[in-house]
Amino acid sequence: MKKKKILIGAVVHAVLILLAVIQVLPICLVIINSFKTHREIMVNPLKMPSSLNLENYAAAWKYGKFANGFKNSLLLCICTILIVLFCSTIAAYALSGKRMKHSGIVIIYFMMSMTVPTQMFLFPLYAAYAKLHLIGNIVALSFILGATNMPLAVFLMRTFFMKVPSELVEAAQMDGASVGQIIRKVMMPIVSPGMITVSILVGLSSWNEFMLSSTFLQGERNFTAVLSFLALKGMETTDMGLMMAGASILVIPIILIFISLQRYFVDGMVGGAVKG
Amino acid sequence: MPKQKQKTTTQLRGPKRSVGYLVLPALGLSALAVFLPMLLTIIVSFTDWNGVANLKELNFIGLRNFTEIFADEVFIKAFVNNVLWTTIYLSIPVCIALFAAVLLLGRKNARIAYQILFLIPYVLAPAINAMVWLYIIFNPVSGVWGFLKKLGMNVINPLSNQSIALYTVAGIDIWHYWGYLTVVYLAALRQTPQDQIEAAQVMGCNALQIFWYVYFPNIKATFRLMLIMIMITSFKSFDYVWLLTQGGPAHATEMLGTYAYKLSYSMFQTGKASAVSLVMGAFGLAMSSLYTALSRKEDPS
Repeated sequence: MKKKKILIGAVVHAVLILLAVIQVLPICLVIINSFKTHREIMVNPLKMPSSLNLENYAAAWKYGKFANGFKNSLLLCICTILIVLFCSTIAAYALSGKRMKHSGIVIIYFMMSMTVPTQMFLFPLYAAYAKLHLIGNIVALSFILGATNMPLAVFLMRTFFMKVPSELVEAAQMDGASVGQIIRKVMMPIVSPGMITVSILVGLSSWNEFMLSSTFLQGERNFTAVLSFLALKGMETTDMGLMMAGASILVIPIILIFISLQRYFVDGMVGGAVKG
Repeated sequence: MPKQKQKTTTQLRGPKRSVGYLVLPALGLSALAVFLPMLLTIIVSFTDWNGVANLKELNFIGLRNFTEIFADEVFIKAFVNNVLWTTIYLSIPVCIALFAAVLLLGRKNARIAYQILFLIPYVLAPAINAMVWLYIIFNPVSGVWGFLKKLGMNVINPLSNQSIALYTVAGIDIWHYWGYLTVVYLAALRQTPQDQIEAAQVMGCNALQIFWYVYFPNIKATFRLMLIMIMITSFKSFDYVWLLTQGGPAHATEMLGTYAYKLSYSMFQTGKASAVSLVMGAFGLAMSSLYTALSRKEDPS
């Protein structure tokens, strides 16, 4: 009986390890090949590098104009996070409990808006932005990303507000606290884990975003880090080592951030779908 | 207890305490960036707008965009591809994720490590993931494929082969997605009350019976929600298709999303593109209404 249990355990681990290898192998290939020359990759892309040569990284950083790309991506992320955090926190406060009329309609509106494909609002919005000379404007784009990220953020924040006992708010109201004071002084300390989760999810999605940023951010000067990487392939001679170093520059920081904050990532991903 | 509850409700419902104005920034932003442009898209789908001309001078052409797209082979191809994509997505990642989640359920110590590894493609940018597969794996010169060719293997580039390109793109998309689904299922499975599991064990149920009669009913709500989400996102799919094949070769991987984008930004037929987008949107709306109806029926509260 015990032997059988150990055997089952080993088989389960083998299956899980196989799945993990499938997920990670392509990324490992990128990192391995980022240290090799184009020639070495041509000969055998599966071979380990002979030395930790960082030349590709220096070249990719320079040709990819990643300094500018990272700066733009950071600006886009911070603006989007601030917009979403502010709007979703106060909206979720109003939508939790029975603090306003017609909250059901607002919730249904946000639910429906999550199902709207980007192409259904992209074309007129693009025309409007072009008319207002906002194409290439990163802050202006962050308002669109803010709007698309808003429903999920509102729902996540709402679950956090629902957990706050109503006695706390009532006590503060008795003391004559204003709505602003209640949100800032009473609620924010309690719902701050929710705010961190929302920031991480929104930050990640705006960092990775492709369709809207490639449409709205024209002109190399305005490229995000992801778009800068895509621009690398447009160069005359596609040096595979340089491409892989460019990919690593984007992949490694995200993986490190993800591993160190994985709890919040997972909470946010699960929060919308599983009632806790 | 119920009496007290009633009192607090009426207290907070009083008109003085209504804080409805707090939803206005979120609602206003969504209205300006999503809702209003969406209404315009609906209007534009009845015109021959090119995406650039002044919106005040729209030329209405009735239902011509719709009759044209339904007679358009590429549109039909894109629609069929979307349906096929949805079917693949409703089966393969759901099975892998459910299987992986059940396996992880029993691993208390290694669970977090596996979750991280499974999720890595999901947290990386689609643009990076797509290029990884294009450049280092399927590249016939410097990728793994090129290497296999040099070894004398007769490998074809699956992204430029018309009959398998769609499955290849879907495979890469699923590779990035299933880890997320696993984590969601796992979180739902873990909320199953321990006493129910123990009771089933005492009654001598085997592992499969415990899953089917104890775990599955507990995750049913999450499971159904994810099915609807998969259907909606399948009809929205754009990033991986656009980055890997742009809908090619010869429209073999064309989706409604990529076709609408091309119609507007390469062919300047934004009116027609809007009609295609409307079909995508109508599908999402139908799915979400179905979901709301289904969950109301099962849970009247």
